[in-house]
Amino acid sequence: MRHLLDFQGWTRGQVENILDTARVMAEVLERPVKKVPALQGFTVATVFFEPSTRTRISFELAARRMSADVVSFAAQTSSLQKGESYKDTLLTLEAMGIDAYIIRADSAGVPHQAARWVKGVVVNGGDGRRAHPTQALLDAYTLLEALGTLEGRKIAIVGDILHSRVARSNVELLPLLGAEVWVAGPPTLLPQSLPGARLTPHLDEALAEADAVMVLRLQKERMEAGLIHLQDYIAHYQVTEKRLRKAKPHALLLHPGPMNRDIELEGTLADSERSLVNRQVRNGVAVRMAVLYHLLVGKEG
Amino acid sequence: MLLIKNVTLVDALGERGPADVLIGEGRILSLSGGEAERILDGKGLLLAPGFLDLHAHLREPGQEVKEDLASGLLAAVRGGYTDVVSMPNTTPPVDTPEAVRALRKKAQALGLARLHPAAALTQGQEGKALTEAGLLKEAGASLLTDDGRTNEDAGILAAGLLQASAFGLPVAVHAEDASLRRGGVMNDGPLADFLGLPGNPKEAEAARIARDLEVLRYAVRRSQKKPHLHIQHLSTKRGLELVREAKRAGLPVTAEATPHHLTLTEEALRSFDPLFKVAPPLRTQEDLEALIEGLLEGTLDAIATDHAPHTQAEKEMDLLRAPFGIPSLEVAFPLLYTELHLKRGFPLKRLVELFTDGPRTILGLKPIHLEEGAEASLVLLDPKERPVEPRNFASKARFSPWAGWVLGGWPVLTLVEGRVVYQALE
Repeated sequence: MRHLLDFQGWTRGQVENILDTARVMAEVLERPVKKVPALQGFTVATVFFEPSTRTRISFELAARRMSADVVSFAAQTSSLQKGESYKDTLLTLEAMGIDAYIIRADSAGVPHQAARWVKGVVVNGGDGRRAHPTQALLDAYTLLEALGTLEGRKIAIVGDILHSRVARSNVELLPLLGAEVWVAGPPTLLPQSLPGARLTPHLDEALAEADAVMVLRLQKERMEAGLIHLQDYIAHYQVTEKRLRKAKPHALLLHPGPMNRDIELEGTLADSERSLVNRQVRNGVAVRMAVLYHLLVGKEG
Repeated sequence: MLLIKNVTLVDALGERGPADVLIGEGRILSLSGGEAERILDGKGLLLAPGFLDLHAHLREPGQEVKEDLASGLLAAVRGGYTDVVSMPNTTPPVDTPEAVRALRKKAQALGLARLHPAAALTQGQEGKALTEAGLLKEAGASLLTDDGRTNEDAGILAAGLLQASAFGLPVAVHAEDASLRRGGVMNDGPLADFLGLPGNPKEAEAARIARDLEVLRYAVRRSQKKPHLHIQHLSTKRGLELVREAKRAGLPVTAEATPHHLTLTEEALRSFDPLFKVAPPLRTQEDLEALIEGLLEGTLDAIATDHAPHTQAEKEMDLLRAPFGIPSLEVAFPLLYTELHLKRGFPLKRLVELFTDGPRTILGLKPIHLEEGAEASLVLLDPKERPVEPRNFASKARFSPWAGWVLGGWPVLTLVEGRVVYQALE
């Protein structure tokens, strides 16, 4: 594949190739000198039309660990609202000789638009509600690390599914690797349908016999929009040790961060043995190294 | 004097000919030839009455970076339109008799298509206080509308319908419930869920049409003269059913559909190209089929473009920020001639009617039929196919969702009262 926009058109083999490379990269990151020359001479730009410190740092580290040059572009939302064109921004960067663009935006589709405008490689760093494919890859990587396989495993994604790019990307990716995916959330925060996932407004149904539970961040603006009541949400959708008894005995816990402790999940759970949250963050760098490597120098991404 | 020989005639009455059409003094003088200074060979071409567009955003005053009267009315005649209704959601909105007069004066001086400005239903299109319907009518306003916005206050809409009825002005509505559509940028449903784009539900249109029809019932009951509600750019099967039912019940309601809702569906949004972002949004194949049925059976009275030019840079923003709208004045007829008539066998007579008598009747204008003595506001159409090339548009919006589509039925000569306003004859 030329770009990583979402997982439409990706095969299981292509995804597994990336995950295999990520394992090699993870070993590199365990070394005292955490750097390889794989992308020497390449220039990677992080183009964040929407701010995100964590994702940006993860991508920039990934590029630097492979000896790529890294430049950062951060757009002020206000200048975009004045009609500043993304296209002009990207074409300016193109003229400076960028090889790969990591694009983050608050609107679905911006990386797809960018892929039409630039000659370089486009990696989706999160676009609106649409996709966050490197997050899904690092989730899959982390789950495989813990479970060995996703074949026939039940994964529950809980929370604000409607507005979540993390949910959409995992719903595209995890079934490709053999997993059964359930999504649960309040009716106002559930889509009408999502191909590849079972939808339910009942948390227990999604948790029943689950091998892993991915908890999503609940945004304040959903309360402000009057779509849910916080106490009702906590009472019925907060993932707690007690509710997890419905799941498999050692069911794992994931969260893409940043967490609202004691809102979407019981505060102490994040630090429990079940929690893979820190592994997710660590694996993020290795997975993003693998993605950049495959798209820039790999024969078959 | 102009003589078009051997040309096939088509209007709301049907196809006939070939005829030798003699044009002079702004009229059709004869259908059987005569002396003329200029003689055109019309063999293989179609002659139709000039088209009337009920719904064009010409952006003047204040938004000339997108379009102005000169570019918009040139685009119109290139599309075969001899008459255009301009929408009043300009900067400032067209809400005074002076503004209507200024537009008409400027358009007359251009000598292209004739302009019939629509005026705002409420002052500043703010939905709070009515404009002066009577004085606007006398200044030349063709209808009243707050298009560009929705009419959230039912009481003001009711008062507007009553007021306009005294002066024979239609009130046109952009029928969407703004509180239900919220920030929707495409049709709500499984595809919007999949693409992660905020959905604008079809029920937002149906709910508003249902309300507006009740408001119309109230106005009919209260008014001494018949009010006239016109529903703009109808896009859903359910909306169409409501209008059909209302027409059967005898309510004075008319409705239009756009070229884009008749030829494109939400599937186009898979490209994530804001070129396809429009309000109301592109719907499903089921809705599209229902609209075509509505054109045939008469639930829909007119095809109106909703020509909505923007700058290229604006339409290259992201899907949340890019403005709504598709420019179509220059392709509307060839598009529907090809996609509806040639590909689906939609009757040409009815198609032409939807561009001519249909919209003319809504404005209270006399039909134009190709007979001796008829007004020579005419368009000559060439069935020869060629691709849509937006870079050649006269409109300032040189992009199109139909770029590259191969269409026939292109206007090659447009006459307004016998005067050539556009020609592209080989």
